[in-house]
Amino acid sequence: MAETLLELAGISKTYPGVKALDDVSLRVYRGEVLGLIGENGAGKSTLMRVLGGVIAPSEGVIRIGGMDHALMTVTGATQAGIAFVHQELNLFENLDVAANVFIGREKRTGGPLKLVDNAEMRARVTPLLERLGADFTPDTLIDNLSIAERQMVEIAKALSIDARVIIMDEPTSSLTISETERLLEVIADLRAHGISVIYISHRLGEIMACADRVVVLRDGRTVGELARDELSHVAMIRLMIGRDLKELYTPPKRSPQPGGCDIVDLVTTAFPDRQINLSVRRGEILGLAGLVGAGRTSLARAAFGIDPLLGGEIRIDNAPVGVASPRDAIRQGIYLVPEDRKKSGLVLELPIRENVTLASLLNYARMWLVNGVTEREVAKKQVRSLSIKAPSIDTEAVTLSGGNQQKVVLGKWLSMQPRVMFFDEPTRGIDVGAKSEIYGLMRDLADRGVAIVMISSDMEEVIGVSDRVAVMHEGSVSGVLKREQFSEYNVLRLAIGQAPETMEAAAP
Amino acid sequence: MMKKELGLCLLLAVISAITGAINPAFLSFVNLLNMANLIGLFGVFALGEGLVIITGGIDLSLGSMFALLGVVFVDLLTTYQIYWPVALLLVLLGGLALGGIQGFLITRLKMQPFIVTLCGLLIYRGAARYYTSDSTRGFGYGDEASTLGNIASGNIAGIPNTFIFLIILALILGVLLHRSVYGRWLYAVGKNEEAARFSGISTNIVIATAYIISGGLAGVSTVLFVFYTNSVSPSSFGNFYELYAIAAAVLGGCSLRGGEGSILGVVLGTALLQVLQNLVNILGIPNSLNFAVMGTVILVGVLADQQLQARRRRKVALASLARTAPRSTPVQEKQGASPRGAAALPARTGDQA
Repeated sequence: MAETLLELAGISKTYPGVKALDDVSLRVYRGEVLGLIGENGAGKSTLMRVLGGVIAPSEGVIRIGGMDHALMTVTGATQAGIAFVHQELNLFENLDVAANVFIGREKRTGGPLKLVDNAEMRARVTPLLERLGADFTPDTLIDNLSIAERQMVEIAKALSIDARVIIMDEPTSSLTISETERLLEVIADLRAHGISVIYISHRLGEIMACADRVVVLRDGRTVGELARDELSHVAMIRLMIGRDLKELYTPPKRSPQPGGCDIVDLVTTAFPDRQINLSVRRGEILGLAGLVGAGRTSLARAAFGIDPLLGGEIRIDNAPVGVASPRDAIRQGIYLVPEDRKKSGLVLELPIRENVTLASLLNYARMWLVNGVTEREVAKKQVRSLSIKAPSIDTEAVTLSGGNQQKVVLGKWLSMQPRVMFFDEPTRGIDVGAKSEIYGLMRDLADRGVAIVMISSDMEEVIGVSDRVAVMHEGSVSGVLKREQFSEYNVLRLAIGQAPETMEAAAP
Repeated sequence: MMKKELGLCLLLAVISAITGAINPAFLSFVNLLNMANLIGLFGVFALGEGLVIITGGIDLSLGSMFALLGVVFVDLLTTYQIYWPVALLLVLLGGLALGGIQGFLITRLKMQPFIVTLCGLLIYRGAARYYTSDSTRGFGYGDEASTLGNIASGNIAGIPNTFIFLIILALILGVLLHRSVYGRWLYAVGKNEEAARFSGISTNIVIATAYIISGGLAGVSTVLFVFYTNSVSPSSFGNFYELYAIAAAVLGGCSLRGGEGSILGVVLGTALLQVLQNLVNILGIPNSLNFAVMGTVILVGVLADQQLQARRRRKVALASLARTAPRSTPVQEKQGASPRGAAALPARTGDQA
C-alpha cells in the first residue's frame, strides 16, 4: 500500500451527555480518494472539524507524516497541508479570484508600506487555474462566478498552500450534472498528482464514480470500510442506515386522473424568449430534471407568483388561474416547497407552530385576532401526521435536523388544501432515512389527488420517485419520458438538448 | 421573551429605589407625575418606532415630522382659525401620509429605510423652517382650541392625560402586535422577509403599514408636544426626538436586525430613559452629562442583555444536544462560537444539515 499521509487514531469527542465521535480511526493514503459517508449526524462533519483543528478531540491523536498531534490548530492543519473545500463556499464575493486565493496571506510589496501586491498574486494564481481547466482569469470578481467556478477557486486556494489532503464536504450539492463531472475529473487529476481527497457526499453515485475506498460512519462510530471492488449502492446504504433500503419507487394507488395543472406557453423572466409547456395530472409525480440554470426553478417561482409571468398562462382543471403574487397562488392551491428551506422555506427563529401556520394564519383568526387554541391544534396535527421529531411545537425551527425542517415546510402547506405542489430539490442535504419519508409523503399527497412537480438534480431521485420525467434545457421543456423510457442516459441527453434514444429505452 | 421585560422592570425599580434613597424628592408625587407626563409624551411615538424597527427598518424622520406638522397645526388653529377637530384630523392625516410616502419609497421603490427617513428628516425640517421663515409659532392669548389643549395637557385624577394616552395606545398596539395576524406577519417579515413572501404574506404592505402607523403616531405626538410647549420653534422643535425613540426601543429589547421586541419593552425603555433624565437633575449631576449618562446606560444594558441571551442559548443548545444525541452538534458549536451572529444567521446559511 502507498505511504500513509494522515492517520486519525482513536478519536473521540464528547460533549456534555453526548458522544459525538467514539473511537474513530481513519487512514488516508497518498494519492487516494477516500469516500466518507454516513447519515446526517453520523459525525462526519465533527470528524472533519477535528482534523481541521476547529475543535479539539477529547481523546485520540492525529498523525500527519509520522508526527503525532494531540492538539490540532487551524494554522497547524493548514501548515500540515490539510485544506477544506467547504459545503457552502467561504469566499468573499466582493474580491477577485486572486485576492480570495491569498486571503490572509497576501503577497506584499512596497517595502515598509506593505501594500498588497496584486500583480504578483494574480501571476501565481494563473497557473493554478490553468491546471484546473478553469476558463476565468484571476482578476474576475467572485460575484461573477457560478457556484462550480467558485469551487474551483476553493480548490485553487488549496493547491496554493500545497495541500496534501483536500477535504470536500458535499461539494456537488449545488452543481449541475456536467459541472459535477468536471469536478470528478479534477479530483482524478489531483489524485494523479499524489494529492489525497476526502470526499464527503450523500450522493452515492458520485462516491461510486470517484472513491478508491469508502469509510462509513454511523452514530459517531466507524461501522465499515469498503474497498473499491466492494462498492455498491446496496452495500453503502446498508452500512449507513444499518439495514436495507426499500425500493424508491412506490407506484400510485390509482392511475392519474384528468385535470391537474397545465402550464401553457409560459414565459419567465429568466428566459424571455422561450416558452414552457408542461402538464401534470392529479395524482401524478412529475419529475423535472435538467441542468441547474435550465429554468426549472424560474418556472416554479413564476408559477408560484414570486416572479412575474411575461406570457402564457397556468390552468388548473382547465380553468386559467391568475398568479400575480404568492398570495394568489396559495389561494389557488398552488404551493411551493422552495429550494433553500432555510432562506425561503422557514423563519428559522420562529417556533414550529408559527412556521406551520404562517401561510394560513387568517384561517385561524377572527377579526384578525389569532385563535391560539385552534392554531396549536393545527400545528400539533401536522407534527403528528408528519412525525416531526421535536420536543414540542414551540421548539424553534433552527434546532431541528434538515429532514425535520423540511417536514415543517411541508406541514405549512399540508395544513391547507393543496391542488398543485412544486417541490424544488426537496431532499437536498437530507439524510437517507428522512429522504424516503419525504418520498412517502409526496406519494401520499399524489394519491390524495394533488398534482406534484418535483424538481431534482439527483438522478437517483428523479428516476426512482417520478411517474413521468420532464427534462428542461435552456428555458424550455426538451422532452418528457414515460417510466419505461427512464434511464440516466435519456435524461442526460434531453438535459443537453438532444433527443432520447427511445428505441433502446423501450427495448428491455 | 418576557424575561427581558422583567429584567427591565427590575432595573427600573432598582434605579428608582437608589435615586429615591439618595434624594427622596425623586419619589415625590409631583416629580412622579412630571415623569409620567414625559413618559407619555415620548412613549407614544416610540411605539411607532418600535414597530418600524421590528420590520428591520428605522425611522429617523420623527423629530422633523413634529416640527413640520407642528407649525402647520398651530397655523391652522391660529392664522386660519380652523375648528380644532378638523385641524386635529388634518395633522393626523398628515402624519399618516408622510409615513405612507416613506413606506412606499422603502417597499415599492426598494430604497433603504435609513436613507429614506434621513432625507425625510432633512426635508421636513427644511420645509417647516421655510414655511415659517424660521419664526416661532405659538398660541396667542386667545383661547384657540382650549378644549383640545385641555385634553392634551390636562389630567384625570392627577394622572397626566399624555400618560393615559400612552397606556391606551400601548394596549391597542400590544393586541395588534402580540395577538393579531398582522403582528405575527410583522415579526415574520422582520426575521425573514423572503420566507414570509414565500408563505404568501404581502411583505410590502406589512412593512409599509408599520411606517404608516409610525407616521400616524407622530401626528398624535405632534399635538401632544404642541400643547406641552405651547409654541413651535421650527428649527429646534423635536430635534433628536427620533433618537430617543430608537434608544427606547433598543433598550426595550428591539433588535435593529428586526424581528425582535415588544410593546411592553418599548414602554419600559421609554420609562427608563425618562427616569435617567430625571435622575441627572435630581442627583445634581451636571446637566451637560445628560446624554452621556443615557448613552452609557443603553450601551451597558444592551451589552448585558446580549451576554445573557448568549448564555441562555448555549444552555438551550446543550439541552437539545443531550436530547437529540449527536444530531445537533454543529448547531451547538456555531452558537458557542459567535453568540450574536448565531441569532442573525442561524447556522451557516447554506448548511445542508
